[in-house]
Formats: sequence, structure tokens, C-alpha cells
Amino acid sequence: METPSSVLILGIGNILWADEGFGVRAVETLHRHYEFAANVTLMDGGTQGTYLLQHIEAADILVIFDAIDYNLSPGTLKLIEGDDVPSYMGAKKMSLHQTGFQEVLAMAELLGRSPRALLLVGVQPAQLEDYGGSLRPATKARIKPAMDAALVWLAEHDIHAAARQQPLPESESIVGSEIVMARYEAERPPPDQACRIGDERVLASDAFEVAYRPHKVGSDTLDVDVDYRGKY
Amino acid sequence: MSIITTPNGYTLNNSGKRVVIDPVTRIEGHMRAEVNIDKNNIITNAVSSGTIWRGLEVILKGRDPRDAWAFVQRICGVCTGTHALTSVRSVEDALGINIPENANSIRNIMQLSLQVHDHLVHFYHLHALDWVNPVNALKADPRATSVLQQKTSPSHPNSSPGYFRDVQNRLKKFIESGQLGPFKNGYWSNPAYLLPPEADLMAVTHYLEALDFQKEIMKTRTIFGGKDTHPNWTVGGVPCPINMDGVGGVGGLNMVNMNQVHQILQDTKTFVENVYIPDILAIAKFYKGWTYGGGLSSQNVLAYGDIPDKANDYSASNLMMPRGAIINGNFNEIHEVDLRNPDEIQEFVPHSWYKYPNGAKGLHPWDGVTDPDFNVSSAKGSQQNIEELDENASYSWIKAPRWRGHAMEVGPLARYVIGYAQGHEYWTEQIDKILTDLDVPLEALFSTLGRTATRALEAQWAADQQLYFFDKLMTNIKNGDSSTHNGELWDPADWPSEAKGVGFTEAPRGALGHWIRIKDTKIENYQCVVPTTWNGSPRDEEGNIGAFEASLMHTKVERAEEPVEILRTLHSFDPCLACSTHVMTEEGEELTTVTTSPVGS
Repeated sequence: METPSSVLILGIGNILWADEGFGVRAVETLHRHYEFAANVTLMDGGTQGTYLLQHIEAADILVIFDAIDYNLSPGTLKLIEGDDVPSYMGAKKMSLHQTGFQEVLAMAELLGRSPRALLLVGVQPAQLEDYGGSLRPATKARIKPAMDAALVWLAEHDIHAAARQQPLPESESIVGSEIVMARYEAERPPPDQACRIGDERVLASDAFEVAYRPHKVGSDTLDVDVDYRGKY
Repeated sequence: MSIITTPNGYTLNNSGKRVVIDPVTRIEGHMRAEVNIDKNNIITNAVSSGTIWRGLEVILKGRDPRDAWAFVQRICGVCTGTHALTSVRSVEDALGINIPENANSIRNIMQLSLQVHDHLVHFYHLHALDWVNPVNALKADPRATSVLQQKTSPSHPNSSPGYFRDVQNRLKKFIESGQLGPFKNGYWSNPAYLLPPEADLMAVTHYLEALDFQKEIMKTRTIFGGKDTHPNWTVGGVPCPINMDGVGGVGGLNMVNMNQVHQILQDTKTFVENVYIPDILAIAKFYKGWTYGGGLSSQNVLAYGDIPDKANDYSASNLMMPRGAIINGNFNEIHEVDLRNPDEIQEFVPHSWYKYPNGAKGLHPWDGVTDPDFNVSSAKGSQQNIEELDENASYSWIKAPRWRGHAMEVGPLARYVIGYAQGHEYWTEQIDKILTDLDVPLEALFSTLGRTATRALEAQWAADQQLYFFDKLMTNIKNGDSSTHNGELWDPADWPSEAKGVGFTEAPRGALGHWIRIKDTKIENYQCVVPTTWNGSPRDEEGNIGAFEASLMHTKVERAEEPVEILRTLHSFDPCLACSTHVMTEEGEELTTVTTSPVGS
């Protein structure tokens, strides 16, 4: 019998900087709602960089969830495949973990052990400079479409997930119960006690001028701008 | 333009060309450096600035103290575990919680594992390219490289000419593909690179071997921490139960995963001794004439100490990494350090973008205030694009911590200087040996290279001590003690209404402290003083410059537009920088922009 492909589904980013946490929160949600076979690993990669190398090179198939500045409107979801991924991840210095991650992909290649199939599920963040904050509604609403897009892509690679009858409880969250999204949000200190802004120079720079426009959010009904190149 | 002499003995002259290096990073040590250089390209003034707000402390207010570790390990992507450990220690100190012996051994193994891992990755993947030229490695003769390898480290098995030829071909293909990856944006034609091609090829080969090996080291922390990539920690001990008769990878520690840990610890020691230490010696031989970068290390050094031999005893005599302070270069007197004494560790903000209430000057971390006050009105350029900071005003998001008013260096070199002065047996032997091998005097230690070398020595020591604690853990388990957690005071109902505590570690890059105040079972105040705060601190009330600033002084820069020497020295502190380098003319006109990062981009 053929050995099943080793699959890694990785969320990266820093949960402490609002939409920067999209990747981690997407994997957290996927893990709570879906079950996979033993050859599939779901991982909260945080901002670990080089320390993720062993997992990247062990993977035949790699799916990455991340907040990416594509210069699109906030909340836009975009899928990138294969060799295009590294350049997208380093396109803008919005988030330094991406430069770090681009390096990790290059290191895997240098060692001759790159994944054979690679998908980046990126969302355009609405707000990064809100220290201690969580995902904005526009970004949070993309978790489900992002998960669905990844599941469709995985199914085409013959990797199938089963929806859990009941979502896993918070105590079994992949990120740990201490910082699971609902608690992280509910226990946030008020702004008069905890300054939420960053360096004004950062706030004033073009890279961070992604205006957040609040609007009604329905989880399944929002536009999903998908890159239809190739078979999509 | 002005010339001033600081109380800590540096003459600062800001009249020459200003070179601005602006690294930006999300991990520990977000910083920018500016220097002035004279006609002979000698640095005459140095300014170090933390450029991103790190308000970690404030987002913890009102949260459960038992959760703090999970937040602090998200500060940065490198020393996650050491922040988590420091945090749980601070809570245990505040509440008077004792941890079991097994938990102490496991925590020590995890902390030592992080030391080796961080030092190894730092040297090969963040710092080596400041000394090693991968493009030059393409010119090497694989046979001569093989001879060099066998001479450098006879016990290392990977030494055939064919092996080096293979690596060279892979490297060539990689570089020719135009992507360069980790090797892009280096100053590969700069005369500051001194290695012959064979030494470059040997070091680049070990860059790859280390990349391959480092992932093994991580597994120790995954086994003890229960998960990748953010291990679990807990107040009162460690979260992994011991169940030696158990099977498989879940349900706690058993013989299978303990054997795996033992193998990793042994392999780590072998790798450090056969590859890391010999490489440091081989590279240092070519650079021993480059004596810059010592800064404060020969004057003022500080360590909190770490690795308690017995559990719950944090007194200096029980710590295997020494605690102490040396000031004004007097190595005959090692001062006691008390993290609770309000007169010892204080943070100042006259040159930082913070304000203190009621005209307060230095504040002890228990009374620390993190209230941002950003103002760059006297800097050159616009607020969005600062061309030149004004070091006479506020210029950094980093506060200026001082020990009894003194600017201090922390980190491996500081620790080894204190250990050497105290007569730490293992460390003294290591230092004497490396000085003899290189045929240099003790003063050679006080340099950039000394910082890089002591980091390697410390990795060797840490690899050995891991095995000591592994044996201790196994002996204790065999004697019938399988306890890893003390849950007596887990319930907040049993806590006093108010408590305060301090937790400390020696993080890979230096002394780390977390000070906590708990009120009505919630966090009332939390302050972290991290190693980069000590080393990267701006000027203080008296005008003393910090360790980064001092280490850059008097350095000769071969080419102002390619300041490899500045990066070399800053990287030697392991601040994990990614830097965008802007070089200005005297009039503030930008000459060129270069981008570098921990691994070169």
C-alpha cells in the first residue's frame, strides 16, 4: 500500500496584533470543527520562523493560513498556489514574520525538501495596529470561507476532512485554553488601562493605511475573491 | 554639532557623517541604530533606538495570573519558552508556590535546550554570515576543504572531498538560480570578510548541517511541553505527568520518549563539540586582529543567574549560572544582585517615548509605569520618515534600565565574565582553553568575537548540564517520585487579596525578569525587563550610553555604505534583527539602501 502523503495545515502570525492573528485563528477554528486522518497535522505556527522548518520539510502537502497585504480591500480572501507563494509572502514588509517565513521556505528548498504541493490562503487584513485586539469582523467573517477554500483544495489532493458532530470545547483548542479566541476577546482590559496603539510612524505609513469599514457581516454570504488561475 | 564625554567614559562626537541603520522586526529587539563616522571611518557617536511600541505589560492587566505565560510567549518568535518560564516563576514567587524536584529538572532541561538551540541557530543562521562569505565558498577547492575539516575537527564524520563538492554544487545551483534565499543582500565583495574560500565552504556546509540538526533539539521541548510549536507551561510545576509504564506518544512521559530525549541530548552535545566549537575557533583565528565591539563588557556586566540545582531555591549559591554585578571594571568585587530591592534595578525614561507620573525618575519594575508619550519633533525629517533621530531628546521605545544607576551589559559574555571572576570551574577552564588555542590575552574576550565565542562555550556547557538534569530526573523517578505538579494553591480562592512576585531567568540573550502584582486574583501590574532593554537601552538621566551604543564606539567601518561591521557587532548580542539600512551623507542625503535580516534578507 502506498504511504499516505504527509499534510501540514499551518496558521501563522501574531495573535496579539489584531488581524495579524488571522492564520492562527483560522487553524484554531478548523481544528475545533473538523477531524482529519492521522497523516494530517494542524499547527499553530505563531511567529516561529526557523523553528517551523522541520515541519515544512516533513510535509508533502502544505496549506498556510496567513494575513497578507495584497493591496486589496480589507477582508479579501486570495488563494495562491505553488511557486508563487514565496513571492507573495515577502511582497510587502507589512508583517515581518512573513519575511521570516519566506526564508524558511527558501531554507527547505536549499535542503532539497520542499513540499510538492503548496497553498497559501491569505486574507487582506483590516486592522493590525490594535495591540491586544482580536480579528476585525470583516476578517473574522473570512475564517469560514478560508477554511472551505482550503478543504476544497485538499479534497482535490485526495485529503478529506470530516465535520465534527460537536465542535471541540475551548479547553482542547490548538492554541491553548488560555488564549482561545473567545476568552482572549472577553478578558481584554479596557483602553484606558491598556494603550492599544503602535508607533505613530507605523500608523502613518502607507503599508498600514488599510481603513476598516464596519459593515454587516453574515458568515456565509460575503464575497470571496478567489484567484481562479488554473483550475480555479 | 557637539562633543560630550559621558559619565561612563565615552567621548561622543556627532559632527561626522551620519549612518542610519533601521531594522524593523516583530521579534524581540525592534531597533534602529545611527552612528556618526569621522574622516577615517571611525565611529564617534552611536544611537540605538527601539522603534516599535511593546506594550505587552498593559494587555495583561485584569487577566488571570495563571494565563500570563501563554501571552508572554507570543511576544517573540525566538525565546517563547524562556518568557513562559519567567512568567510562571513570577506567579509562584508571588503566591509562595513550591514546585516538585522533577518539575525543576524538566524546566531546567527545557531552558538549557533553548539555550543550545538558540545559540546554535543564532550563530549559524543569524550571525555567521557577518563573518562567512558564501559566494567566496564557490571558489574553494573541495579537497583542501576536506583537509581543513579533518584538521579542525577530526571526529566529525562529514569530511570527504566528495561531500564538500556536493555541497558546493548545491550552493552553486542555488546561487545561480538567482534567488540566493538566505544569502541575498550580503556585502559579499566587502574587504571586511577575511576567510579563505575553504573556510567559507566549511562554514557554509555547517550552516546546512546545523539547519538540519537544530530541528532535533526542538523535540525535547515538544516532548516535555506536550505540543509543538508552543509548549505548555503551568504555574506549580510542569503539565506533563510521568507514567513510565505507559506506551505511545501521548499520556505523559514514558520510557520511549525519555529514551528519545536522552538520545537528542547526547547528539546535541556531540554536534556542539564536533562542529560549533571547532568552527568558532577556526573562524576566530582569521579575525583575531578585529578587536572591536567590547563596549561595556570590560566595565559593567550583570547577570541574575539561573538553573537552580535544587528546586525552589533561587539563592545565588544554588544557581548553576552565576548571579552578580561587576561595575567600573573592578573584577575583584562581585556585587550581590537583589531583584526586589527598589534601589537596585530601576528604569529611566528621559530619552524614551514614555512618561512617568509626578516627575518620577527611576522606577523599580514593581512600581513600573508603561505610559507612551511619542514625540519626535526635534528629529530630522518627517514623523513618517525620520531621517535622523535627536539623541538629546526622546529617541526610543526602549526604557533605560540601570543597576544602581549604571548602564550594564547582559548576555553570554556578561555571564562568562562574571563566572570567570567568580572562579566558575567549568567556565574558567573553557575560557582559558580557548584563549590558549587562539593565543590571545584575556582582554581579547572583551570584543564582538568574545561575545560570539562565549555563546558557543555556553552552548557546550548547557548541552552538558542537560544530561546532568536528565540523570537527576531519572534517578528521582526510579526512587519513586513521579510528581510534576503542585496544585495546592491552584485555586484563586486560596490566594491572598494582594501579592507581588518576581520571576527571573537567564534567557539566551541575557538577564530576563518579570515583576508581577496580583490584586483580588487578577493581574494588577506586570512589567518585563528583557535583555534587549538592558543592551539596547538609550541614554539615561546622567547621559550614560547603553551596551549597544558603547559596543559600536571606535569601530572602523571599511565601507560606510556597507556597514557590515556594525551589523556584526549588533548581531553578536543576538537581538534578532531584520534591518533596512539607509546610509546618509553628511547633509542627510540618502546614499543607498540595503536590506538585511537575521538570515540575510
